[in-house]
Amino acid sequence: MKTINQKGWFFVAPVVILVAFNALIPLMTVVNYSVQETFGNNLFLWQGLDWFQNLLRSDRFYGALGRQALFTSTILLIEIPLGVAIALAMPRKGIWVPVCLVLMSLPLLIPWNVVGAMWNIFTLPDIGLAGYFLNSVLGINYDMTQDPFAAWTTIIIMDVWHWTSLVVLLSYAGIISIPDPYYQAAKIDGASGWAVFWFIQLPKMKRVLTIAVLLRFMDSFNIYTEPFVLTGGGPGNATTLLSIDLVKTALGQFDLGPAAAMSLIYFAVTLLVSWIFYSYMTKDEE
Amino acid sequence: MVLELRQISKKVGQDTHLYPTSLRLEPGKFNILLGATNSGKTSLIKILSGLEKPTTGEVWMDGENVTGVTPQKRNIALVHQFFVNYPHLNVFENIASPLRVAGVAKSEISDRVKEAADILQLGPMLYRQPGELSGGQQQRCALARAIVKESKAIFLDEPLANLDYKLREELRDQLPELFAGRGAIVVYATSEPSEALLLGGNTALVHAGKITQFGETTAVYRNPVDAISAEVFSDPPINVTNVTKTGNWIRLNDAVKWKATGSSADLADGPYTIGIRPHFIKPEKDKKGLVEILGKVEITELSGSESVAHFQVSGNTWVSLDSGVHPYQIGEEHLFYMDPTACFYFDADGKLAATGGTDG
Repeated sequence: MKTINQKGWFFVAPVVILVAFNALIPLMTVVNYSVQETFGNNLFLWQGLDWFQNLLRSDRFYGALGRQALFTSTILLIEIPLGVAIALAMPRKGIWVPVCLVLMSLPLLIPWNVVGAMWNIFTLPDIGLAGYFLNSVLGINYDMTQDPFAAWTTIIIMDVWHWTSLVVLLSYAGIISIPDPYYQAAKIDGASGWAVFWFIQLPKMKRVLTIAVLLRFMDSFNIYTEPFVLTGGGPGNATTLLSIDLVKTALGQFDLGPAAAMSLIYFAVTLLVSWIFYSYMTKDEE
Repeated sequence: MVLELRQISKKVGQDTHLYPTSLRLEPGKFNILLGATNSGKTSLIKILSGLEKPTTGEVWMDGENVTGVTPQKRNIALVHQFFVNYPHLNVFENIASPLRVAGVAKSEISDRVKEAADILQLGPMLYRQPGELSGGQQQRCALARAIVKESKAIFLDEPLANLDYKLREELRDQLPELFAGRGAIVVYATSEPSEALLLGGNTALVHAGKITQFGETTAVYRNPVDAISAEVFSDPPINVTNVTKTGNWIRLNDAVKWKATGSSADLADGPYTIGIRPHFIKPEKDKKGLVEILGKVEITELSGSESVAHFQVSGNTWVSLDSGVHPYQIGEEHLFYMDPTACFYFDADGKLAATGGTDG
């Protein structure tokens, strides 16, 4: 007879417990809320998939999703090329390397709500340095509390300021790991600077850039603190991104059911896009 | 077609990579740069190829001073120890890349790439990415890129160093015919003396930023001009030790002495350094006139066809090499037999002063 040793479970148990508490149980609570109507006094009413159906028919949700998509694609289109360009321009040896690296890391070290508050004060039209300068010195009508375009510009500049460094540092790591012989080969072939970038540096950076795009996609798609502190989602709903809308629904209106359904859809969209992108980028690397 | 270094030197910051050195290379033969890691082989190749400018001195190619000319204009090719291929171009495009840059017509590119690929047995892999190839195939691809463009000079910087033993042997056997009849100057850097002897041609010995000797490979091996050259070109390492000459006798220590032979008989009395290759020290007496040396066996390396023993003689480690398998006991006192006619005698400056009569 075959003996079965059940002790093996003890070795898997820590991971099971960790994943359960870390992801599974919190997620299941959300699933639980998403199919019920929650009242006070621990009173619940079964709703089935109503919340999901309502949400997928609501203009408000698509508005927030659209703004989120616009925000994320805009900052990706700016931060990735800009980050690569800065990384290419950085020195590769000498005393300026640590200086550049520290300067680049600085924005990353600032807490998110501080960044929001900083840019809020900085761009206020009456007292902020940038706001005052634009309005009173240059005579440009700029007020992010009133004008949606100004609010969007400010949020995007803020995000670019805060997070381009991450792309720079990852790209830089990719660039300096390219062995010298590649550049020598290009030199012997007589390749131009553009060809060196296109045929050597970019392909060699592919892996780190994939990670950079993924991280920036996930972070920016889930962004909350900075725009919340900066604009609070306004003026009107102009900068109400998905997460801001979610918090408004959950805490502002205490609609736990719809908020839970929204969270799940939100999560699914993030996961799906990340998965598609990652699979596409790594499809030739079996 | 001649490639010539005229008193070139290279300094980077405070470090001297090359001391003033001259070298004259001609096509038709392999030119081997033999030296240990960091001896200056790669610096020499960078200057010969134009990747770096010498600090002083000139580089001449075909009767023209090309010191400041870029590698592209010199029409050269370089194959590295690392397998350098364009990462997202397939094998065909990789081999074609130098031709595309040079603006060769499309139909011609296709013919020349296929020809080079056939020589290097890459025919079936033309449309694969470098990442899908084995190390040996990647290096073949780099070699094909080097031969396809019909360069005037081809530099191979330890091209086999990162390949496993079997692939290395296979590719090494193909190298000489690969470059034969191309009329290019071939420069091959290696740190392995056996590789230099296998590939033949001419050899330059490089040590600590200097070329200590240059000439036909076997001649350089047989007639080292100084102690350093003898050490660079010997594997297993040549035995080097101090002796004293008094009258007709050469004395190693109180127990070991021998009668001076060959041109060493004419040396003036005094201290000398001798160098003797391991295969002239045997564990058995197989002919007359050998000198007995008692040594304590420390390390043995038996490969089947060869037996190497490291043994201690009055504070020095000696190496003996014999064919076949010879049983040694670690720690035993063993009698070794040295052939004094195979000794090189170096003077106080390390220059060759005399030999024991036969070539090393």
